[in-house]
Amino acid sequence: MDPDTDIGGVQHRFPVTNQSAIVRARSSDHAVRQRAFDTILTSYWKPVYKYVRLKWQANNEDAKDLTQAFFANAFEKNHFADYDAGKASFQTFLRTCLDGFVANERKKGKRLKRGGELEHFQLDFVNAENEFASHAPDLTPEDYFHREWVRWMFSLAVEALRERSKKEGWGIRFQLFERYDLADDDAATLSYASLGQEFGLDATTVNNYLAAARRDFRRVVIEKLREITATEEEFRNEARSLLGVEVK
Amino acid sequence: MKWISDARLDHLRELAISADFGATKYRLINELASGGMGTVYLADDTELNRQVAIKILNTPELTGDLKRRMVREAQIIARLEHPGIVPVHDVGSLPDGRVFYAMKYVRGSRLDDYAAKNESIRDRLRKFQAVCDAVAFAHAHGVIHRDLKPQNIMIGSFGEVLVLDWGVAKILRRRESPVASEADTLMLNNNQADTSHGTVVGTRNYMSPEQARGEINQLDERSDVYSLGAVLYFLLTDQAPSSARPRAVNPKVTKAADAICLKAMSQESAARYATAAELSRDIGKLLDAEPVSAYRENVLEKVGRWAGKNRFLILLVLAYLVMRIFFAFTSRS
Repeated sequence: MDPDTDIGGVQHRFPVTNQSAIVRARSSDHAVRQRAFDTILTSYWKPVYKYVRLKWQANNEDAKDLTQAFFANAFEKNHFADYDAGKASFQTFLRTCLDGFVANERKKGKRLKRGGELEHFQLDFVNAENEFASHAPDLTPEDYFHREWVRWMFSLAVEALRERSKKEGWGIRFQLFERYDLADDDAATLSYASLGQEFGLDATTVNNYLAAARRDFRRVVIEKLREITATEEEFRNEARSLLGVEVK
Repeated sequence: MKWISDARLDHLRELAISADFGATKYRLINELASGGMGTVYLADDTELNRQVAIKILNTPELTGDLKRRMVREAQIIARLEHPGIVPVHDVGSLPDGRVFYAMKYVRGSRLDDYAAKNESIRDRLRKFQAVCDAVAFAHAHGVIHRDLKPQNIMIGSFGEVLVLDWGVAKILRRRESPVASEADTLMLNNNQADTSHGTVVGTRNYMSPEQARGEINQLDERSDVYSLGAVLYFLLTDQAPSSARPRAVNPKVTKAADAICLKAMSQESAARYATAAELSRDIGKLLDAEPVSAYRENVLEKVGRWAGKNRFLILLVLAYLVMRIFFAFTSRS
């Protein structure tokens, strides 16, 4: 079977992902907790930075310090282990912790210690600041945090898909997806036929490749969600939050 | 990392939740409806060359209660072969792990839409009786629906009545019947953990008080009888059930119909009809102008009902008497 059109393994079933980072954050094993923490940090640092910029009116340097210090402090004191899925979504829990942390830090008025545990991480604050500056938010800080979390989750999923496509040799498929489903430039006028001409493919092949890329994209999104949710209920809540689907 | 605009973000959301039938024999035509548990699509079965309705989960998920519930729903309906219960053709998984099942595509109207176009109470009662009969069939096989409401009942193009959406159905017990099998026993075992006590499933206005309280272990056929009573309330009054009795909302409702509805919707389950079949029998008697079990008539009402039922006979007798009197009078003069 053509590896570029076949995904999902035997019977097209996708593997269930590893235990969630939220659950692993409670581990007594430091290494396990570190990996869980890395996943949480990767999934939330950018919305956290932008939220601090907007809600707390922090300048970019302060927001950078607060973001790093918040995650370093949470890891050091194992705050994420206190999360109770029965009370709120993890996103809400994290935002509440963040508000409490920033309020405390502001009260103390001391210079923040940048997180030692984060030093191995390269957080692209320049890019985050550019996005914040060039796309002025017209939402409440809470809605903005949520919107930016959704955007960040999809961005991470797209990047993961890009990496996987490169590794598996699905380059054209990803390029088609990027061109048709991600690019804003000519989204309204682009057709499968015109895309086919551009890539030297017929419209049916474009259709098949795009269907496969979208299927893979869905899979990656679900994996990302699984990584950061602790229970089925929370997975459903976050899926509703991310995908905008109402579930009873 | 490239910035994803708001418009593209919405597009990606749609992509992530849309159904991908690529690896199946079905080709999506359009979305028909979206409910609490899933979305129903119209699709082409490319092998059998027919249109089918396909229900899939709204939320993509690889494991969990919803998936198990969807499979169970399909298995339950597949074993209920009755003209009033929508048949299931197929069950499967989408490439992203979501469960779907294909069922007969019913052309027609939902009961609430149908009622909006058909004002005749008599006609509505006939349809309602057919609903009771389908539910009674499920009850006879130990299955309760748990989400009966006008939106889950379809009237087909030829007037046939079909009960849909057995998504929160529950198997009560194993029954000796042609469709019962070892699978029933297995289902029973799976069911114990399927809906925990305290979980509320169903639709508020149409669910029994015990169901609204989440007393899952207390639910039996009489919980469905309550919901049927609520559907009857809607058909009699054109309004969702409330604390006002049907006759207070619509004075055209007869006392017997009012009493049937109130009995079916009794707060205490023991005071309701024991099964949908009993309720169906009372509706049949109401349609035939016979005494119903829910209402004790006085003598005048009995006479009135008898007169209503036999009005042609009474007219004939009266005409005969008038003729006799006329001939007696003319022959004397």
